Amino acid sequence: MLRTALRNVLAHKARLLMTVLAVMLGVAFVAGTLVFTNTISDAYQKSSQKGFQGVDVAITPDKKDDDSANPGEPPRLSQQLLDRASKVSGADSAYGVVQGDSALADKKGDLIGGGFSNRGGNYYPGADGKDARYNMTEGRAPKATGEIALDSKTAERGHYKPGDSIRVSVNGPVRTEKVVGVFTTDDGNVAAGGTLALYDTATAQKLMGKPGQFDEIDVKAAAGTSQATLKSSIDKVLPEQAKADTAKKLAKDQAKAIEDGMSSLQTAMLVFAGIALFVGIFIIVNTFSMLVAQRTKELALMRAVGATRRQVTRSVLIEATIVGAIAAVVGLVAGVGIGAVLRSVLNSTGAKVPDGPLIVAPTTVLVSVLVGVVVTVLSAWLPGRRAAKIPPVAAMNSVHATPTTRGLVVRNTIGAILAAAGIALVISGAGMGSDGQGPMAFGAAVLVIGVFVLTPLLSRPLIAAAAPVLRIFGMPGKLARQNAVRNPRRTAATASALMVGLTLITGMTVIAGSMQKGIDKMAADGLRSDYVVSMGGTGGRPLSPEVSKTLAKLPEVTSISALRSSPARVAGDTDSLTGVDPKAIKDLVNVDFTEGSFAALGGTKALIDDKIADEHDWKVGSTIPVTYEDGRSGKLTVGGVYKGNQMIRGVMVDNAAVTPHMATVADFQVMLKTKGGATEHNKDLLKKTLGENPAIKIQNKQDTSDEIASAFTLMLNMLYGLLAMAVIVAVLGVINTLAMSVFERSKEIGMLRAIGLDRSGIKRMVRLESLVISLFGGVLGLGLGVFFGWAVGELIAAELPSYELVLPWARMGLFLLMAAFVGAIAALWPARRASKLNMLMAIKAE
Amino acid sequence: MTTMPLGVKTTAHSAAAAARATDLSKVYGEGETQVIALDSVSVEFRQAEFTAIMGPSGSGKSTLMHCMAGLDTISSGSARIGDVELTTLKDKKLTQLRRDKIGFIFQAFNLLPTLNALENITLPMDIAGRKADQAWLDQVVATVGLAGRLKHRPNQLSGGQQQRVAVARALAGQPEIIFADEPTGNLDSRSGAEVLGFLRNSVREMGQTIVMVTHDPVAASYSDRVVFLADGRIVDELRNPTADGVLDRMKRFDAKGRTS
Repeated sequence: MLRTALRNVLAHKARLLMTVLAVMLGVAFVAGTLVFTNTISDAYQKSSQKGFQGVDVAITPDKKDDDSANPGEPPRLSQQLLDRASKVSGADSAYGVVQGDSALADKKGDLIGGGFSNRGGNYYPGADGKDARYNMTEGRAPKATGEIALDSKTAERGHYKPGDSIRVSVNGPVRTEKVVGVFTTDDGNVAAGGTLALYDTATAQKLMGKPGQFDEIDVKAAAGTSQATLKSSIDKVLPEQAKADTAKKLAKDQAKAIEDGMSSLQTAMLVFAGIALFVGIFIIVNTFSMLVAQRTKELALMRAVGATRRQVTRSVLIEATIVGAIAAVVGLVAGVGIGAVLRSVLNSTGAKVPDGPLIVAPTTVLVSVLVGVVVTVLSAWLPGRRAAKIPPVAAMNSVHATPTTRGLVVRNTIGAILAAAGIALVISGAGMGSDGQGPMAFGAAVLVIGVFVLTPLLSRPLIAAAAPVLRIFGMPGKLARQNAVRNPRRTAATASALMVGLTLITGMTVIAGSMQKGIDKMAADGLRSDYVVSMGGTGGRPLSPEVSKTLAKLPEVTSISALRSSPARVAGDTDSLTGVDPKAIKDLVNVDFTEGSFAALGGTKALIDDKIADEHDWKVGSTIPVTYEDGRSGKLTVGGVYKGNQMIRGVMVDNAAVTPHMATVADFQVMLKTKGGATEHNKDLLKKTLGENPAIKIQNKQDTSDEIASAFTLMLNMLYGLLAMAVIVAVLGVINTLAMSVFERSKEIGMLRAIGLDRSGIKRMVRLESLVISLFGGVLGLGLGVFFGWAVGELIAAELPSYELVLPWARMGLFLLMAAFVGAIAALWPARRASKLNMLMAIKAE
Repeated sequence: MTTMPLGVKTTAHSAAAAARATDLSKVYGEGETQVIALDSVSVEFRQAEFTAIMGPSGSGKSTLMHCMAGLDTISSGSARIGDVELTTLKDKKLTQLRRDKIGFIFQAFNLLPTLNALENITLPMDIAGRKADQAWLDQVVATVGLAGRLKHRPNQLSGGQQQRVAVARALAGQPEIIFADEPTGNLDSRSGAEVLGFLRNSVREMGQTIVMVTHDPVAASYSDRVVFLADGRIVDELRNPTADGVLDRMKRFDAKGRTS
């Protein structure tokens, strides 16, 4: 049996090529993902381990989970603790770490590092006058206010050298510092492409924390003292809101965090690899179905001479195993290549990945090969079963007729039931709000399966609809249309492969476009301000109160409010209070009040959103018990209830009421209105007033809208890139189907050539068939995509009231065009082959 | 018209040649593996005549037909359909010539399974984008006896009916010449006789020119003239053949072939 299978594989090399390619691409995607994520994960872990060199125990502030008395952040660590920790038994030395943000401008005034990670720290000289974490390669360490040291990569990117002046922003106001040194470090953020600026400890504390306080204290053990021993001695001197960890544990935790972070990336990429593999299944099924159909006589003969059904099935499956194994191994090799290329691509985009070896783990090899073989064998199982059903008598007959009509009736009934159930589930899910996710996902799966089952049936009317267009192309057009529906199962499988990719692409485009519009609209409707000032970069970094004070002095600014956020407990629940300027806020934001108005805001009067009001059954005049950030209790009175949305919600209070309780007074945003509205002139004025600060974003509504758009564009482009693989595999499927058809119809094509259809006519016939099949898949994909887009949108609308369905007609047209393009590309080779067919061989009788 | 085939007599109603080969040679391969399929064959097929080409397998009879019909290339010599020299034509022109001036009937796989009988019959005209001459089409369809089955697909027709559709297709375009390659090879004797009867009638009644390759003496007996091929040369010719007469000649060549 093995020998027969092997011979068959070799005999059908060309016809198995597309199958091998399809499996190979899927496996390469899987292997590439694993190699890439393992490599990066390993590199980060190694670099983070290096970062812990010279540290044995680290002390950090600690927030106790059950600490309801203190909703705020735990206090920083004091100088006394540092002194004490350095003197415990077994401690060799200790140093204090100060961390914060420091945005650096290059010489043109632009932010270095694009807001990815712009960190600031302190240089803490030890007994030898050096800080073991940082190795000064040029100049010297910062010693006084006004001095700064840069990591070497940042210095290189900004073209700075010791002696230069540099503009720096920690939390708002721009400072001009003198670069005194350049250093190298094993710091993970720097290795990953972030920037790091060092100050002397006192300056760092003043700028990024509070004088005399540290964010972390690192203790080095004396020779002969273990980390655990040192930790237990340090534990004895710790204050309540602090904890000590050994460096080993921290390194392990960090490694775990990196791995967790990578594993979600890995999962996301594997999902797309899975989609590509799934699309490949259709090709495998098609190929093996055809091989079995062509070998009907041969298989029947095997049955006639005594092979059992199981042996026949097994021979097909062994063949699939061989094909799968070859494809998997080639895919694995290609995947390792992809992994290597991905890393250098990532490096070239500026997001630096720490150096390290390419990791090809044994599990990568095992998983890749297994995936390739299992997918191929499972897909070939159905054709294998069909092969076993061939009766021995078929060896004698010239044609073995399969019960196609009955099979299709059963198939269509099942398909119709599945599709109807799927549609019903999705629609009911869409009406259920956020609870609808489960039924909708299940319904979507059922619907997609139903459509797969129904495609052979759908192919006839949908392709018939193309007849008027095809008529333009004369006889080749007519023949193409008829050929396309000749083997409905094969056409359906081919079109389905393309449908999968297009459904996802269309669905995501619809959702992303609608969401963007919704968020955009919400921002436009919710904002009355001309400008929103905030810190650039990721993760809502705080803005110094100086900023709003400076801007408020401008005569052009007619209305301004700093927005502050302070963690608090509201009626026992963890929440936060949003502080605003009660006089200005009504000019800056736009909300609908169900009770009261902005006028009520002030003193201990707060505004709450309708959700909180409903939850606690509060109305105007109700009393809200709160615990402030500093642990003090107080009482607020409801002054008004407004309709909350994603931008403005929660408990809104007067800045004056919340500021005294804040550990660090900082704004997350400043909103303002200017004379004459949002104009270039006003924006320039604001920029200048803030000292051309590289870190601060000043956005008008259009900027906000553009920013939202660019975020969505980026996300969509990434998704398109990942889904491209599924489309490529689908193209292989179309090529495969056409090549198979051309091969099967070689006699017909020969006859057509003989009776007078010229080469270009034959080519046109194959091309049009390809177009028809591809567009069929494209139309199905667009239809399903829009339907799913609408359904998911209904769920989103429950959370985002301004969401509205936007059908991206231009994009959808483009996708259909892409489907046509896929068809045209896929037909190139088969059409050529068909036109070059040897007429005489073709028309010769058997 | 340099070399006249053996024993050619001009008949009154078919003075002009529908197709003619002159010193036609066809050589496959090169050097030691070279095979001469046709060796300087000169033959003429006159209008409104039904010619059968006979010969043992490997004699070159199919090759001669393929070369004459513009399906295969020629190594040397000349092949003409009417006044058109095939050797000078590029593929596109050659295809057009086949489409417009030649009809084909093959042994098997004659019809497109996706088209019904009528569509198959008009296929060459549809490819050319020409309208069929309805009166002529009706006559052809009536002659081959397919009137009630025009909407049937090939798989709903018997083998004989399918071949009658093929005959109708070849006749429908009123080509200058029809080439038939073993048209009864896949048919039982009754269906075969029917098809051959139609072919003969189309020559007698419609003035069609037909060249048929066959190895069946009975099939050859329907023709006006039999040309015998052996080892790539024309070796004999028979007018108004009978099956027995053809068989006798065939035996002679076989015997000669063995002794030489």
